Amino acid sequence: MNPIRYTGTAMLLHWSVALLIFAGFGLGLTMVDMTFSPLKLKFYSWHKWIGITIFALVAFRLIWRLTHPAPALPTSLPAWQRKVAHYSHVAMYALFFAIPLTGWLFSSSKGIPTVYLGLVPLPDLLTKDMGEAILLATDPEKPFLLSDLIRLAHKSMNYLLGSLVLMHIGAALKHHFIDRDDILGRMIPGPKSRP
Amino acid sequence: MRLFAIPLFAALLPLAAEAQTPATVQMDKSFIRFVSKQLNVPVEGRFKKFSAILSYDARKPEASKVEFEVELGSADLGTAEADTELKRKTWFNTDAFPKAKFVSSSVKLLGGDRLEITGPLIIKGTTLNITTVASVKTDAAGISVAEGKFPLKRLAYKIGEGQWADTDTVADEVEVRYRLTFSSKK
Repeated sequence: MNPIRYTGTAMLLHWSVALLIFAGFGLGLTMVDMTFSPLKLKFYSWHKWIGITIFALVAFRLIWRLTHPAPALPTSLPAWQRKVAHYSHVAMYALFFAIPLTGWLFSSSKGIPTVYLGLVPLPDLLTKDMGEAILLATDPEKPFLLSDLIRLAHKSMNYLLGSLVLMHIGAALKHHFIDRDDILGRMIPGPKSRP
Repeated sequence: MRLFAIPLFAALLPLAAEAQTPATVQMDKSFIRFVSKQLNVPVEGRFKKFSAILSYDARKPEASKVEFEVELGSADLGTAEADTELKRKTWFNTDAFPKAKFVSSSVKLLGGDRLEITGPLIIKGTTLNITTVASVKTDAAGISVAEGKFPLKRLAYKIGEGQWADTDTVADEVEVRYRLTFSSKK
């Protein structure tokens, strides 16, 4: 039988990843428009550290999810909503991995190594020379480089994830306050049995 | 005896003359790079414009002389905003101090192909002695390659002042790596 709630480990992972996504997204949006300063360099480093942390936590979370069944959805939930919920979760998991990876690739393509917490150097996935490979030269003054493509991919996937997260939050609140079912309750720590 | 000595001496002359001619650097086979640590992340930059001359005699390495000049405004860190930043007053202040200059004052043979080169390095109006160990290889075609590195304390030269003086963001020590290829052909 499925449990009523997610396990404590799953909740801890969910909420810490949620917090890190907001922090990483906020830092990313802020840092790109900042004028060059020590703080800007720090923001870039923190943004990268957050991305790597999310990647690691989500990898662990995926293994946890596959070995610990998720609590059942209410039987009242229509089939199409189950389907949308399933695929949007799959998409979010895919982006949790793809976004840090493209960020790391982008950093490598600019010739800047990534050092987790300033302590653990990660291997460079690309060289700066590879990043400078010209993909499109419609404007010879400003050709479109491989590093530009990676940046675009990183940015687009972030906006896609941002939309999915908003949908996720919106759906959770709708179920809790309008449908008054127990979908959100499954991810909130509380008493052992359902009232 | 006399008959022998003159042609031998004459034969040695062009060799000696060739060795004394300062050789100029071949840009496509040379580089001057610098590695700074930003929040403990090693970031490599390079200078696109520099010049160097070498007077090197493989038989008398201690009489060698090395000079180089670097156009500090040609520093390339990979991003346009970092390159612009480096030209500013707090960094190289390239308007007032466009060039870095080094002239060797002593060259010691350490053994093998290794030379210890010492001399004043001038950056941003500050002159400090630096020492570097270079490996110098010369091939039959008269091409000499000098390769080595040396540490440099950026704050001693006031490179990165004000908010950038904080070494937690950018470390004080910067490693300069060079490979200079010289052709002695005239």
